[in-house]
Amino acid sequence: MFDQIQQIISNSPRVSSEATGNWAEEFARNRLIPILEHLPFVPAGVAEHFPVSLGTILVMFGACGIFVAIVPLIPLVLVLAERKVSAQIQNRTGPMRVGPWGTLQTLADGVKLIFKEDFIPPQGDKLLFVFAPYIIFACSFAAFAAIPFGQGILISDFNIGIFYIMAISSVVVMGVIMAGWSSNSKWSLLGALRSAAQIVSYEIPLGLSILVVVMLVESLRMQDIVGSQSEGLFSWLIFRTPFTFIGFFVFFISSIAEVNRTPFDLPEAESEIVAGFHTEYSGMRFALFFIAEYANMFAVSAIAATLFLGGWEGILPGYDFLGGMPGFVLKTLFLVFVMMWLRWTLPRLRVDQLMNLCWKYLLPIAFFNILGVGIWGLIFPKDSRLSIIISMAIIVVGIIVTYAVAGKSLSKRPEPQPSSA
Amino acid sequence: MEFAGIKSLIFYAFALLTVASAVLVVTVRNIVHAAFSLMITLFGVAGLYVFLQADFLAATQVIVYVGGILVLILFGVMMTSGRLQMRIQIERGQLILGGLVALLILLLLFGVISNTPHWEGIKDDGSTLEPTTRTIGEMIMQGEFLLPFEVVSILLLVALIGAALISRKEVRDEE
Repeated sequence: MFDQIQQIISNSPRVSSEATGNWAEEFARNRLIPILEHLPFVPAGVAEHFPVSLGTILVMFGACGIFVAIVPLIPLVLVLAERKVSAQIQNRTGPMRVGPWGTLQTLADGVKLIFKEDFIPPQGDKLLFVFAPYIIFACSFAAFAAIPFGQGILISDFNIGIFYIMAISSVVVMGVIMAGWSSNSKWSLLGALRSAAQIVSYEIPLGLSILVVVMLVESLRMQDIVGSQSEGLFSWLIFRTPFTFIGFFVFFISSIAEVNRTPFDLPEAESEIVAGFHTEYSGMRFALFFIAEYANMFAVSAIAATLFLGGWEGILPGYDFLGGMPGFVLKTLFLVFVMMWLRWTLPRLRVDQLMNLCWKYLLPIAFFNILGVGIWGLIFPKDSRLSIIISMAIIVVGIIVTYAVAGKSLSKRPEPQPSSA
Repeated sequence: MEFAGIKSLIFYAFALLTVASAVLVVTVRNIVHAAFSLMITLFGVAGLYVFLQADFLAATQVIVYVGGILVLILFGVMMTSGRLQMRIQIERGQLILGGLVALLILLLLFGVISNTPHWEGIKDDGSTLEPTTRTIGEMIMQGEFLLPFEVVSILLLVALIGAALISRKEVRDEE
């Protein structure tokens, strides 16, 4: 069984970037139709005259089916991971009762959510209320279609891969607004407005820092972006130029804001607006939001890993160490862990701080990066040993200087605030 | 069924989706419902772009219209009238004028369609799309569209500064 699976993984979608569009057709022609011939209940003539195009579409549907079945498992793991990480940070044990070390807790919670009452606010807009979770769920899962998990292990290698992901994830806002508005509740509407403002704002530094990568790679295709980082650790885009190094942090901060996580979780700030745009949702509909949130978290981390941390390429050129699908998942999970770490460490920002950070800091930095990478590309049209050494030197010096300056300003005692007597 | 058959099936599904939701936009009485059916229309148009081998344009359509402009429209609607029961009037009186405008647009589009030298849709052999980004980039930065591109960017910059100025002034007045 395992051998077969491995064979399928290593044979079917492992194709060069030129022929990627046809993997489903090849699979249909070489595997699906021969299988049809051997099935006992299929009449003799069917397999011979079975059209390849229909087979292709069946294969694509099948792949999507498998995908839709597998991807929700990621949130299942991540929810538990989040609870365990938070427990570690707060010196607790986290869920321990259900299953060994509480590993089945999320499953139990999922079952509970399925059996909960599906409450629809009677004063709300029923149609939009029902549809909103579907839009968010579908969009956050559609982004997975272009994420390369390994050599050729991706659903579709679009020419415009990263741009497609940006486009499809910008639709999530519509779902959030839909949910918030149709609930007919103050908290929901406030949460939705906050979320929309936040996502629309942070999309700009996010897109601009993606642009920095695209300028260096000269392609929007995900596999090209990974392919350009194939020569080991120092060819990863994060180390290629000092500007991409900054760009990585801009991207990561903006993507944390995009997925509405602490310190940017104003749209669902519990202490202010109950739960934000999904306040009125319960049961399975709430679970869809929940799953989508964790799937989004994984997706943005995977995109960050693809764009800046070498994707499925390893640390050493030609070796699979920290490469391949396990390496890619490891890098992604590390970034997910950083997100959790930040969530349980940092307090929430205020609205004005949130907007200041985006428009006054991240956006100018992102523009500076674009300018910088343009100049860098003029000075070093091709990556050489020299360019990498210079880049690494600037990065290391930059980190030390930043640390020294930030350390100095942070070690000052804060001015005592006047008490509001 | 050959690939072409399935292709045209998907095409007609997208076309139907676009037209049906566009009709909904103008007939539905609830303004927020109209906005959301506009989202489906814009998505359908993006799908039609894909059929014209314009993948970049399709994604841009989604990112600009759905992710940007439509969100802005909804913001406006929600900020001005948060109530669910808000109904918009659909007047019959403008039928002739509206029909005339629609007819003119149809003629215009027909002229554009018949004057287009060649149509390139998705190929039937199932090959992948040609990357369009390089062509678009070369046309804009090196080709005949350099001047319009620069003019548009200056226009946008002016609009941006103007918007910032107007919103700033209000704040100063309040103080």
